[in-house]
Amino acid sequence: MALVELRNVSKIYRLGEEEIRALDDVSLDIEEGEFISIIGPSGSGKSTLMHILGCLDSPTQGTIKLDGVMIQNAGARELAAIRNRKIGFVFQFFNLLPKLNVLQNVELPMIYSGISGKERHRRALEALESVDLANRARHRPSQLSGGQQQRAAIARALVNNPRIIFADEPTGNLDSHTGDAILQLFRKLSQAGRTIVLVTHDPEIAAVTPRRIEIRDGKVATRVDLTLAGLDRVAAKGAPAL
Amino acid sequence: MKGGPVLRAPEELRHTYAQLGITLLAGMREIWAHKFRSLLTMLGIILGVSSLVAMSALVAGMEKGAKESLVAIGGLEKVRVEPQDLPVEQRHLTDQAVGITINDVYALDHSAPLIRKLSPEMRLPATLSANGKTYRPWVCVGVWPVALEMSEHTIAHGRMITELDDELARNVCVIGTATRDELWGAPEKVGREIIPLGETVYINGVPFTIVGMFQHYESEQERKARELAKLQPEPAQQQGGVARDRGRGGRRRGNFVFYLKNSTVYLPLNTVWMKFRSGVALTGFGSSFQPVGGAGGATGDPRLSSLEVKIASVDLLPEALQQARNVLMSTHKGIEDFTFRTQEDWAEQIAIFVRNARLSGGLIAGISLLVGGIGIMNIMLASISERVREIGIRKSVGAATVDIFVQILVESVVIAVLGGLAGLATSFALVNLISSFSPTENAPIVQVGSLLVAFSFSVVVGVLAGIFPAVKAARLNPIQALRYE
Ligand SMILES: Nc1ncnc2c1ncn2[C@@H]1O[C@H](COP(=O)(O)OP(=O)(O)O)[C@@H](O)[C@H]1O
Ligand SMILES: [Mg+2]
Repeated sequence: MALVELRNVSKIYRLGEEEIRALDDVSLDIEEGEFISIIGPSGSGKSTLMHILGCLDSPTQGTIKLDGVMIQNAGARELAAIRNRKIGFVFQFFNLLPKLNVLQNVELPMIYSGISGKERHRRALEALESVDLANRARHRPSQLSGGQQQRAAIARALVNNPRIIFADEPTGNLDSHTGDAILQLFRKLSQAGRTIVLVTHDPEIAAVTPRRIEIRDGKVATRVDLTLAGLDRVAAKGAPAL
Repeated sequence: MKGGPVLRAPEELRHTYAQLGITLLAGMREIWAHKFRSLLTMLGIILGVSSLVAMSALVAGMEKGAKESLVAIGGLEKVRVEPQDLPVEQRHLTDQAVGITINDVYALDHSAPLIRKLSPEMRLPATLSANGKTYRPWVCVGVWPVALEMSEHTIAHGRMITELDDELARNVCVIGTATRDELWGAPEKVGREIIPLGETVYINGVPFTIVGMFQHYESEQERKARELAKLQPEPAQQQGGVARDRGRGGRRRGNFVFYLKNSTVYLPLNTVWMKFRSGVALTGFGSSFQPVGGAGGATGDPRLSSLEVKIASVDLLPEALQQARNVLMSTHKGIEDFTFRTQEDWAEQIAIFVRNARLSGGLIAGISLLVGGIGIMNIMLASISERVREIGIRKSVGAATVDIFVQILVESVVIAVLGGLAGLATSFALVNLISSFSPTENAPIVQVGSLLVAFSFSVVVGVLAGIFPAVKAARLNPIQALRYE
């Protein structure tokens, strides 16, 4: 049994007369421990897919099973609990709360799982150490560089020890050097056994993951291979930054 | 996943509970981050709470003053029988109307068991002169010794008129402190208390000996002010400021009852009848009097200005009045030339006034609180649209709908509670301010109950104002919240 099982999922937005099929009959499995990228051009439906996978959004049609739970049968409360315990999100724009310091930001998911203050503190520091940011614990997000903010966001995604991490264009807002460091971090986490889904429009970034799913116009592209995406050359170069 | 630990209700509850502290802190932080805005938002609540407290304090003060006065004039059990113009259908009998006479007193004493005490009065428009000065007291009246008890008078010096004085129609009188103040000087002016016992005072030119003096009557409020003045440094007293203050204060509306008592002179009833019968006022107190020419009217009995009776108990007031009416109708041969004046009218007026004052005060405070609540709701709605992103982030890391709901509600309640506390603090200042230009001399009384009520109102307003924004925030779609940059 795969960690995530997506079956015939469609997401349809209606804007007046117009009907937008953001996702069109998508089926896919994600196994435990996989490092996988979802790749496709802008507007192809990657984020929509990720939000549905991450229980932030519900599909118009189709079913999702996550860690054995049929998501469409779950209530809002249960979905919140699933997001809290089983899923970690990393966003392009970091999405840290500006009024809280880094440590408090990392503690945030644990507040919603009712973990005591001491334990929260300990685990948040531990997570920050794992992303090499413990020395910035008392800083506000605005006092950090983009890369540091993204590492704080990754610490936040890790802190509740989720079953799966979704990262939506995590390097989209970073310079290539910093972006590479972030990818490096994901690779390290993957090697440590984490299940990670990397969403990107950039084939070079997708090249770091062993498995890729290509999305075009809301559909899973039938032929996914490196030659088509021109990634063989990237792969041949050995992705030197990593 | 069987029996997975994802969702168990008690556990969730505990989380919500444990979060409350954090949520409270976050709320405080949010308010602190927008200090000025929060203060403006609180203003409505502050005004509402403080006006509620101040209004009820004011009303409580007035009510207390009014009740004090009511007791001072003899309480609810006292009823006045006064002469009255005949009803229209009896007008043709005016010539036969006897008025209230001493005969009625005996009849009532004999045949109206529900009436416990009777005090006949002959009011005398009088000018007193002594010590080279003259004074016209408010009340100069011929009475029986029972009047002392009836009108809640207390003799401070000397004695009350006795039955012997009355029987022998002696030229003796009991005066109040106002008469003493006017003829011999007030203690505050003279520097010592003069007690003019044994002095001769001329009442309408007839010499009388002063045998007694009432105590000085004043409201609790006045007493406190006077005691405070005594404690003040000497110079203030030497300038005579205190005396002047009191002179003015004594004539103010709120203390009229006390002033009236101080300005009372008692003479034996018989003395008035013998010496002044042609000058006795035959209408109720306070109205213009017409001296009656022929002594004793149709019957020749001593005719009274009025008659005060005390009934057995307030509960029996209607029955007692009926009894008295029956007796008087028979002595007056069916001519209804008398009327009863009860203090109940007054008590009722006090009650109505208090009710109205409470109502209008409550209305004002209620409107302020409503406006305050709308202000809070408005600011919470604005703050939500500013924080769409924050709410989206919180939801993405696992905040449930109820968590967001509680967060916004707590913020709203915190604003209201802070506003409420500030309002309580302000209310004391407001009470002081109001009492400095209060229409009466009754100091406002701040009651603990009104503080509690006002504060709970502010909390309720906070909750009510927070519900709609909280629901709105909780319902925000996290995707929309996260997508927007
Ligand atoms: N709330 C929405 N209403 C209407 N259309 C939407 C909404 N969200 C996304 N879309 C559309 O769905 C498609 C997929 O969007 P998205 O998943 O964000 O693409 P990607 O992340 O691959 O760039 C786009 O055409 C986008 O305009
Ligand atoms: Mg996207």
